[in-house]
Amino acid sequence: MITVFLQFLFSGLTTGAVYALVGMGFNIIYNSTSIINLAQGEFVVIGGLMMWFFTESAKLPFILSAVLTVLSAGLVGLLMERLTIKPLKKTDLLLMIMVTIAVSILMRGILMFKFGKDSYSYPPFTAGEPITIAGAIIQQQTLWVIGITGVCIVLLFFFFNKTIIGKAMRACAVDTTAAKLVGINVSQIVMISFILSAMVGAIGGIAITPISLMEYDKGPMLAVKGFCVAIMGGLGRGRGAVIGGFVLGILESMTAGYIHSGLKDAVALVIMLAILFFKPAGIFGSATMARLRKF
Amino acid sequence: MKKGEKNILSVFLVLMSFFCLSANTYAKEPYKIGALFAVTGAASFLGEPEKNTAIMLQDQINKAGGINGHPLEIIIEDTKSDETQAVLSAKKLLERDNVLAILGPSTTGESMALVPIMNNAKTPLISCAAGAGITNPVEERYWIFKTPQYDTSAVEAIYTYMKKHGIAKVGIITISTGFGDAGKKALHELAPKFGITIVADEKYGPKDSDMTTQLTKIKASGAQAVINWSVGPGQVVVTKNWHDLKMGIPLYQSHGWGSKKNIELAGKAAEGVIAPLGRLVVWDKLPDKHLQKALLKKYTQDYEARFKGDPGTFGGHAYDAIMMVVEALKKEGPDKKKVRDYIEMKIKNWPGTGGIFNMSSKDHCGLDMSAFEMVVVKNGDWELLK
Repeated sequence: MITVFLQFLFSGLTTGAVYALVGMGFNIIYNSTSIINLAQGEFVVIGGLMMWFFTESAKLPFILSAVLTVLSAGLVGLLMERLTIKPLKKTDLLLMIMVTIAVSILMRGILMFKFGKDSYSYPPFTAGEPITIAGAIIQQQTLWVIGITGVCIVLLFFFFNKTIIGKAMRACAVDTTAAKLVGINVSQIVMISFILSAMVGAIGGIAITPISLMEYDKGPMLAVKGFCVAIMGGLGRGRGAVIGGFVLGILESMTAGYIHSGLKDAVALVIMLAILFFKPAGIFGSATMARLRKF
Repeated sequence: MKKGEKNILSVFLVLMSFFCLSANTYAKEPYKIGALFAVTGAASFLGEPEKNTAIMLQDQINKAGGINGHPLEIIIEDTKSDETQAVLSAKKLLERDNVLAILGPSTTGESMALVPIMNNAKTPLISCAAGAGITNPVEERYWIFKTPQYDTSAVEAIYTYMKKHGIAKVGIITISTGFGDAGKKALHELAPKFGITIVADEKYGPKDSDMTTQLTKIKASGAQAVINWSVGPGQVVVTKNWHDLKMGIPLYQSHGWGSKKNIELAGKAAEGVIAPLGRLVVWDKLPDKHLQKALLKKYTQDYEARFKGDPGTFGGHAYDAIMMVVEALKKEGPDKKKVRDYIEMKIKNWPGTGGIFNMSSKDHCGLDMSAFEMVVVKNGDWELLK
């Protein structure tokens, strides 16, 4: 009985780790621009597919491939911001969000052209059998994903709270005009936030592909789930997204295990609706902060 | 050179060029057939190899002189995996292009949407989708045929094999798409006939990344085997999870498992997975005298040479549809009714990529469970089970 429960829990951790990493990417752009970047899922796909390209197709060593993948995703983020967000004359948030949807469709098209419709995968970071705890198994790669998520959180926390650029990014999110007045180069900050979130997305893609495989059209599903957890945790709260991710993953798994697997996606949606109804600021967001938000 | 010789030579040259011309540009009008494939959209993994196959066969047939001297023209329309688009494209093919027959569509939903249209237009449709409802009830599907095997035949093949090996309790896990739902229905319907009890019935979404929970439940239910019914990455994830959990019971996959890509992606986790597969993917393991071997070999090798990828079973469905229509046109000429009658009455013991077809006025698919071979993954390759 306990074995079964543990197994459900570990399965939830595996999916939850994936959601958490995507949810974090949403927060970076949101924190500096108040934009919800719906192309976030595509960054994750780019991470997985480029990693495959560098390791399996170009046969480069693992570390080099990972670095190249993250850099190329950063480049995509940069291009996306410079070519589609910056030229917008009106800085209407809703318009910008719609632009990100358009970009996500475009990216999916390009990825399909380059990689086709097949699924891709490469071996996990560390080979070997899954780890057994009280009869339940957990894949080594899941531990990697959780570990990488943790490292990302710590780094991002320091970046946003201790560095000048990070603080400047947060200032931009609160009030762009005020940020400009104190001498912050807003345009540059927005660009950096896109590069950063593309990189975080790509890191997520690199980590989850050995577990879940990657194909060109996985982006929307990841974006929806990632968005869910970002809202659950309170938009803009890095920790919130991570905890939200694991909560959602585990809830889905428990629903599948103890109620029925056909219902698990419905549960996620019901929870999200409930949060939006009763605690719109998210589990970890404060109501005062939510009122200051533009979106 | 004397003048006379010169004249003879020039006459000869003119004649030669005339001959060449008439061999290249056909004097006869082309036979037009339409094709509706989901080249883009959700079902593009079906439409892509189907489209490629149609282009390849059209070139091959025309290079060999067409159909009784008439060139074959296949007009391919992209349905974008969408029923509405399929209907619009079908109307265009019927009204503007005046096609003699339509191949496809790629999915069951699209095919069902076309049934009334084709019956009204009195034009044969040879669907490349698997759903049993496409050709049943056959009285209301006068003009409709299909080339893929029935889902139920794949289930019968699995259950027959299980019965032989003493498996009576199974747990099933299906994907929440049309393909998975059809499989689930067939698995439930046929189970009593083979004395099999379904003790667990689980589902997952097409983009899910972990199915350990569902498999754990199946394991706890006391099943003697797992049957997974899906296409796409889900079947690889299930295979990996099944291997990691060391479930101790065999994993059966549907006929959607038949791509080497799956073995590559699942790696050693795929060892021991059993599935009923069409002979297209295992043609090199067939005995030489098998009726289908020669055509499977030619089709696979031609396709790989031209498109640098394997056609999968889906390209084969288009191959069968095209070849049936071409044979009917060759024997009966451009008459829709005669083409229909020919396919219904004369496609008997007819080897295609999907199996050996036996069409009749009662069965517009013409395949049964003998179209499948039970195949196990061994050392990263397929191996036929007896």
